[in-house]
Amino acid sequence: MPKKQPLSERMSQSASQLTDQVQSSQAWNSIFRPGSIFRKGYNDSPRNRSYVVMNSVLYHLHPVKVKRHAVKVSYTLCLGGLSFFLFILLTVTGIFLMFFYRPTAAQAWDDIYTLQTSVTFGLLVRNMHRWAAHLMVLSVFLHMARVFYHGAYKAPREFNWVIGVILLQLTLLLSFTGYLLPWDQLALWAVTVGTNMMGYTPVFGEQVRFVLLGGVEIGTDTLLRWYVLHVLMLPFVIVIFMAIHFWRVRKDGGISGPL
Amino acid sequence: MTEVPEHLLKRAQAARDRAAGGDADTSTAAADASATADDGPKIPPHLLERSKSARQQADSGAAVATAAPAGGGAVATAAPPPVASGPGGHTQRLLTVVKSGSIQDVKLKPMDKVHVWPHLLIVEFGAALACLTFTLIFSIFVNAPLLELANFNETPNPSKAPWYFLGLQELLTMFHPMVAGVTIPGIGIFLLILAPYIDRNPSNKPEDRKFGISLMTVHLMFWAVLVMIGSFFRGPGFNFIFPWADGLFFEL
Repeated sequence: MPKKQPLSERMSQSASQLTDQVQSSQAWNSIFRPGSIFRKGYNDSPRNRSYVVMNSVLYHLHPVKVKRHAVKVSYTLCLGGLSFFLFILLTVTGIFLMFFYRPTAAQAWDDIYTLQTSVTFGLLVRNMHRWAAHLMVLSVFLHMARVFYHGAYKAPREFNWVIGVILLQLTLLLSFTGYLLPWDQLALWAVTVGTNMMGYTPVFGEQVRFVLLGGVEIGTDTLLRWYVLHVLMLPFVIVIFMAIHFWRVRKDGGISGPL
Repeated sequence: MTEVPEHLLKRAQAARDRAAGGDADTSTAAADASATADDGPKIPPHLLERSKSARQQADSGAAVATAAPAGGGAVATAAPPPVASGPGGHTQRLLTVVKSGSIQDVKLKPMDKVHVWPHLLIVEFGAALACLTFTLIFSIFVNAPLLELANFNETPNPSKAPWYFLGLQELLTMFHPMVAGVTIPGIGIFLLILAPYIDRNPSNKPEDRKFGISLMTVHLMFWAVLVMIGSFFRGPGFNFIFPWADGLFFEL
């Protein structure tokens, strides 16, 4: 009688057999396009390295190759990428918060309070949303400083700098509109100070203020307006500008430098 | 820069040595070309012989060709293929080497590039993970502020805007609200947008753009200092205080 193989060997054998079967199946190969590291027989070749980027919806924002200095953390400090990552993080945590929030003066504060005290992970997610928002303002600002100090706004990247300044202002507006939503003393009076300043815009200052507040003073209509601005309109606009921003980075020949 | 293979470097060096030995004044391409043009004897003798015999063959072949149309399909066999008579039995020789850029206009110089996968994606993943970890851990230990319900009848003292607008609020203490809230930030943003069109200096080297860098640094510091004063050094009534003496009046 032949000697039986040890259990561990048999298990690893059947596991690799199973992997083989799964990776050979039509379903698997229909999901993972050529070059995916999950495909059968992936090996580290220049061709596959290119396929990984080209054949992935997530990665194909990137070119297949970038300048060697572009991957150095000390050059970009990852600030632009981190701003985008923080935006995604804010979107995810923001969607979670939307499930528990009603933008009316009567309910907003109570909803936030209930979220913090009775919803699993509610407090944590709200904290993350708030801190990530402040971080994003900071990282967008630092990204702008980095780009300036590298002279990266010079030809042919002038227009992308303009888009970037617009993105900075949209970021500030997103943060500011979100500031009112908790409907606590901090939110109300910070926004009062901010919108009073807008009222001093020459010629149409009063009208701007009226449209933004949905009345002559902050109230439940303001809350609804800023809520819609915060969760729908401004994200919609900023995503369009981000798309142009990223597209122009590649059209203008990748990131700038080396110095 | 791309690495030039060693055997090519050697070959180039050998050719350069040969050129230096044959002619003292071969520094320019034009001189080189004229030198080869009137240097009749430089053509190897076996090639001269070959071309001579080929010319003779062509003469006799032409005679055959004029007679051929009457004979029909005999033309193809009239001229035999050239006999390999060069060094090492080669039937062709190198006429010239066309350097890249001499005919085609090379606009993009070859650059040292790396694959995005894995080099860049690894860095991005690491940065995103670090950022997420920081936010998560910070959020576990520090709670976002939630003060009491908004109350129109009770104005907190001081009332402060979000931190990124505190520079503007600080300006409010010095200027008319229209100047502080609209004119100065408006001009600032306008100049910021126009920066690439105002700055005509094409260099991106820090040593070439001392003025631009100084100007931007002063601008950034101006706002940073205003924001910090507004955040930490303003207390009740928005009066100047020292945070270590009177406490912090600042909520994020």
